[in-house]
Parts: sequence; C-alpha cells; structure tokens
Amino acid sequence: MAAILDARNLTVQRGESFALNVPEIEIEDGEVLALIGPNGSGKSTLLQALALLLPPLSGEIVFEGRRIGPATGQQELISLRRRMAVVFQEPLLFDTTVFENIASGLKIRGLGKKEIAQRIAPWLDQLGIAHLAECSAKKLSGGEAQRVSLARALVLEPRILFLDEPFAALDAPTREKLTDDLEAIFKKTKLTTLFVTHDRNEALRLGDRIGVMFGGRLRQIGAPEEVFGSPVDEETARFVGVENILHGTVVSCDEGLSHVSVRGADVQVAEVLPEGEHCLICIRPEDVTLSRPDEAKKTSSARNRLAGVVQNIVPMGTLSRVTLQCGSCGISLSALITRQSLRELSLKEGEPVVASFKATAAHAIRK
Amino acid sequence: MDLILDGLRKAILLIVSLDREVWDIILLSLKVSGSATLISILIGIPGGVALAFSRFPGRRFIAAMVNTSMGLPPVVVGLFVTIMLWRGGPLAALHLLYTPSAMVIAQSVIAAPIVAGITMASMQQLDPKLILQIRALGATRLQMLRLLLRETRLPLLAAVMAGFGGVISEVGASIMVGGNILGQTRVLTTATVMETGKGNFDTAIALSIILLLLAYSVTLGLTLIQQKRR
Repeated sequence: MAAILDARNLTVQRGESFALNVPEIEIEDGEVLALIGPNGSGKSTLLQALALLLPPLSGEIVFEGRRIGPATGQQELISLRRRMAVVFQEPLLFDTTVFENIASGLKIRGLGKKEIAQRIAPWLDQLGIAHLAECSAKKLSGGEAQRVSLARALVLEPRILFLDEPFAALDAPTREKLTDDLEAIFKKTKLTTLFVTHDRNEALRLGDRIGVMFGGRLRQIGAPEEVFGSPVDEETARFVGVENILHGTVVSCDEGLSHVSVRGADVQVAEVLPEGEHCLICIRPEDVTLSRPDEAKKTSSARNRLAGVVQNIVPMGTLSRVTLQCGSCGISLSALITRQSLRELSLKEGEPVVASFKATAAHAIRK
Repeated sequence: MDLILDGLRKAILLIVSLDREVWDIILLSLKVSGSATLISILIGIPGGVALAFSRFPGRRFIAAMVNTSMGLPPVVVGLFVTIMLWRGGPLAALHLLYTPSAMVIAQSVIAAPIVAGITMASMQQLDPKLILQIRALGATRLQMLRLLLRETRLPLLAAVMAGFGGVISEVGASIMVGGNILGQTRVLTTATVMETGKGNFDTAIALSIILLLLAYSVTLGLTLIQQKRR
C-alpha cells in the first residue's frame, strides 16, 4: 500500500522543550492508524501537525505526493486542508441548525445548495441524526453533538480523516454505540484515518495499525498483535496492558526456547535470547491461568507454572483481577479471570494457587 | 406634578401634530447617531477582532486603552474634536466645525471603543478550539471571520445597541462640536438642554420623552433580532 501521508524528522516546540520529535511516520492509503499514549504524550500535537494545523519547528510532511514545509504558502495550505477533515474531542458545533453545521465545510468549499443537500442526506441517515436536521445544535446531547461533528467531517469525503479522541467525553454506552457506527463506516468507506485515543480497547478495535507515544516520541508502531504482544519497552508494555513485568537474566537458550532466571525461578520464553543477558519478561494478565494446586498438572499444559498465595481479588466488570505472590521467589503476578472461573476455583485471599502461562505468552524486552 | 403632566401633554401634542421643527430634530438625531453607530461598527468590529486574535507588542496596552475608552467622557471627546476642527487645527481645512459631520465624528469616537471593546471580549470568550476547527474545515481568513462573527452575533448586537445608546443620549460632544444651531445641528439632547436652560420645562420633558421612545424603539428592534432564535 502506498503512503498517503508521510512525515519525516518532525519536531514541534512548545516553550523550552520539544513537544514532539518524530523521525518518521507514514499513514497508508485506506488504513486506520490508531495512536495511543497517556495524556500529554504528544498524540494530539502530532495529529495537529499532520493535519497542517500546527506549523512544525522542523521536518517535512508529504501529503499525496505534495511536499509541505515552512515555505508552503497559506493558500496552498488551505487547499490541502480541504482534502482533510478533523473531528476533535469536543463537538465544536456552530450556533445554528444541525443541517447548517454539517453543511459548513461544504459551504466553505463553495458547493451549491442542491449539491450540499444531496451530499448531506446519506450521512444524516448513516449516523442516525436525520430527525435532528432542523434542531438547534445547542440543544443536542453529547453523543448527538459528536455525531453531527462526525457527519460534518465525513460529508467532506476527505482523503484522510483525523479523529482526536472523539469519544473521550462521552458516557460508556454512548461511546460503545458510536464506536460500532464508526467501525461500520470504516469498513464501508475504507477511509484513511488517524485516530488518536488514550483507550487501548478502542485502538485495538478500530486500528489496522497502532502507534504508541510517550514524551513526544513514537515508541512503537505496528500491527495490533505486534504492539500488544511484543512491546518494545517497559512504558509501552505497561500502557498496552502488560501488568506482569519481571526482571530476569537469560540462563540458556535451546531450539528457540530460552530459560530466564527470575529471582531464582525458571521462566521459559519462546524467543531466542543471548545467554547472560538481562531482560524484562512481559506477561499479559489475561494470558495467566489459575488453578488449584492439586489440579494444576491436570488442567494446564503451560510450560511455566508458579505456585503462590492469593494476595487480593478485585472485581472488574465481567472479569476479576487476582494478584498472587509466588512463595519461593516472591514474584507478584496478576491474572485476569472470568467471574465464573473465580466461582469454580472458589479462590479466596490467602489461599494457595498455581499460576500458569505458556512460553509463547511471555515476551522478552532486551535491556 | 403639573409640570410633568404638562410635559406629557405637550410631548403627545408635538408628536401628533407632526411639528416640523421637532421632526427635523428627531430626524437629525437619528441621522447623526445612526451614521456614527455605523462608522463605529465599521471601525470597532474589525478592530475588536484584530485585538482579540493578533499578537503584537503593545497589544495589551492598546486593549486596556480601548476598554478605558468605553467610558470616554463625551465632553473630553467634544473638546478633542473641536480642537482638531478649530481654525488653525490639523483638520481645519475640512470646515466641519458646527456641522452634523462634526457631530458624527465626535459620536463615532465615543461609540467605536464601545463596539471594539465588546467585540474583543466576545471573540475572546470563544473556545480557541473552535478557531482550530474552522481552520481544519479549510476556511480562508475571510470565511473564518464570517463564521466567528456569526458565532458572536448576540454579543455583537449588544455592542451595536450599547454604541447607539451611548451616542443618541450624549450631549456634551454634540453641543461642543455642533453648536445646537436650529435647523442645522440641533438634536434631541442639545434641544433638551437648551429648553431646560430657558425654563421651558414642558418642551424639555416632551423632547426627553421622544428621546427615550426613540432609543427604546431602535433598541427594541435590535433586541428582537438578537433574541429571535432563543
């Protein structure tokens, strides 16, 4: 696939420090690239720079083969922006009707009344806001307003859509419904999109690729399974939901299986690692299974098995997080299990338990 | 009490009888204050927008001056404009002193900071992200300005009302630069001052009532436009 937008050596300065320093980022035609990272990591700054709304201190952006730099004139920037669309966290609607709001971008582009009406109608239906067309935008609920904002962007049929945490201010059910609708739109239109979010589940659901940002830098970018399965550093690992990060030393490696000593315990990792190297072993809590000590051998074929004691159990909606302390080595592990499993195991704090995980579920970050 | 009742009676009589002299005064008041308001809109709105969004050294200083000028004493303006137009003054060649044009100039100086100050405040209370959104929609500077003006139309109408209210009711500057010449520069406020001075309280009351009605009806019209969609 060809890159529709490509940026190199992009830096943005805010005050004394760099708010952004990205050596390279490409957005391919037809893909949804989800950018995740904590607040203040530079996601929105990167989005605004790529959407040509924030002049970078240095670097070059190439959009559909057109080079954009400090010398690019205002008129050209405007005509390039007219091939893009941006939806922000706040709906930012005008004090007029829903229809007029959706029409605003088309009016700016000088389209006639008839064409505007024709272009808007299908999006009103698609986003379920046809009945609101003549309502004042100021009287909409948060979810409705964000739908109008989305419609205003989508009706422009942009070459690239930028979404800056569009659902962050919405309540959970509204967010769910809008995510469903957006997913359907992406599937149907194959619209190239840069989607900024701090919610990794949203990113997993909508992103064809995922980029992780920390401190103004793009730490990792790749397929969701790559980013979530093999994070490149500890911060990225923690952000993508790896709760178990163990410090260890590689003892031996044989036929693609490495033995890592973690506080004296042997942890097997299905990766080739150089002997004697220090590394971090990442295990996602959902990859850890729990069993009663007497049944551990029967129920699990996993190579890694650590016996311990349940420290605490935290209910998390449909799942529960069980934290255990391994007896011999003192390793603390978290496991996410269903409520049903919790009931079946009838686990309680202070009781013995065995945690198992496959060698393929452990990922090593070399230090 | 009789004085007030006489005044009321006379006001009604003057309006109903379509007294030529009174009508001339009313029309001139509207013409002068209307023109001044229009000029103050043309200066004040772009000025207010520029002060709200541009960044240059001394911007805050100028903004503070505009805010202070919102309460500019009309007599000070009158004095300033008189000096400018006086024989030997910088603008003496225009021969405008004691003409309605001089009154328009003076009233514009009074109203422009009012319009500029309210415009600046209303623009600054807009969400800065809205400006980013308008740019993201691909707007040119002019399109951006149009959208922002539409977005702030309620406070902007308030600015126009405040500007008009300020000049239709002022007397100090008008009397100084206009001279209260019958048939030429006599407006409702200057006429009221003169009639009061002469002890013709009934006429003065009548003129005051007409002035109030005039200010009210113009403001009512603007308010109706402002509140239409509420």
